[in-house]
Amino acid sequence: MRKNESTEQGNADGDSGAIRQGAAAAWPICLGYIPIGMAFGVLARQNGLEWWAVGLMSALVFAGSAQFIAVAMIASGAAAPTIIATTFFVNLRHTLMSSVLAVCLSGVSRWFLAFFAYGITDESFAVNMSRFRGGHWDRWRALLVNQLSNATWICATMAGAMAGQFVPPGAFGIDYALTGMFICLLVIQVYGMIYVITALIAAGISIAWYIAIPGASYIVGASLCAASIGFLFKRVMRRAE
Amino acid sequence: MTLADYMLLFGSMGIVTYLPRALPLVYLAHKQLPKWFVEWLELIPVAILSALIAPILLADPATRTLALGKPELIVAVPTLLFAVKTRSLGGTVLAGMFLYWLAGMVM
Repeated sequence: MRKNESTEQGNADGDSGAIRQGAAAAWPICLGYIPIGMAFGVLARQNGLEWWAVGLMSALVFAGSAQFIAVAMIASGAAAPTIIATTFFVNLRHTLMSSVLAVCLSGVSRWFLAFFAYGITDESFAVNMSRFRGGHWDRWRALLVNQLSNATWICATMAGAMAGQFVPPGAFGIDYALTGMFICLLVIQVYGMIYVITALIAAGISIAWYIAIPGASYIVGASLCAASIGFLFKRVMRRAE
Repeated sequence: MTLADYMLLFGSMGIVTYLPRALPLVYLAHKQLPKWFVEWLELIPVAILSALIAPILLADPATRTLALGKPELIVAVPTLLFAVKTRSLGGTVLAGMFLYWLAGMVM
């Protein structure tokens, strides 16, 4: 199986090879997190959060979009239970990523998985999945991607809170860093026609859902629907052959 | 807010974020998953990313209405081509940022 091959490859490369490869996979994520993290830090500071509170939030929650929403809610005086419930729904999409990763990390010790799970984000998930599919990837390299991204996020948000007022808003196209990252992550997850079809269906459902229904349910809703339609489509095509 | 308030709020947010990340992984990694379920899961990554991107490119976040012709969408076309051509994540991030910055200058 491919997974065993990648483990052997990992041993042959040694620890420094694993660290280098993990860092090489993580750096684009870190590059994207620095401007977005700093932008978050600036916003949080403007809304009354001290730099240490920003660091605390980034370490305990580690979820970009949910943190932006939470800061806006804190500023508008929302009650804590409302903020916590919103965070839960915005981050519910991670159940899907966590399920997908279970296929790549099957049989790994529960302690490792419990620690690994903390670092699952849209970005680390997509990078690790593309690497697992290409072979030559293992849990330690994947964990390194998660934790380097995490460390960068915590540092960038705190740096933004401390000194971010010196960075002009919208400079150097930094607002597009995450979008550019998502576009490439989508491209490298495409392994055939059925993936293109699924992506197009997901985009269509997502935009319609986003317009029709307030909140963040469109992400999970469109993902579940599109994957199911794509799956049925694949089944029908296979039967027709 | 005091440190205790922050700890309570961020700690609770952390727990409700962590559980969806951990429970499926810890539970499913020790199960023999049916083949159809694995096949279905294989389509989830593209579906999630596409679902995340679509409103960024095609909708106005303030009004939650359809918005065609946003700079985000126009810049997405060359960025997508760059990603298909190079398959480089870091390169695409930089190219996208540069093109967006350029679009801001021109538009």
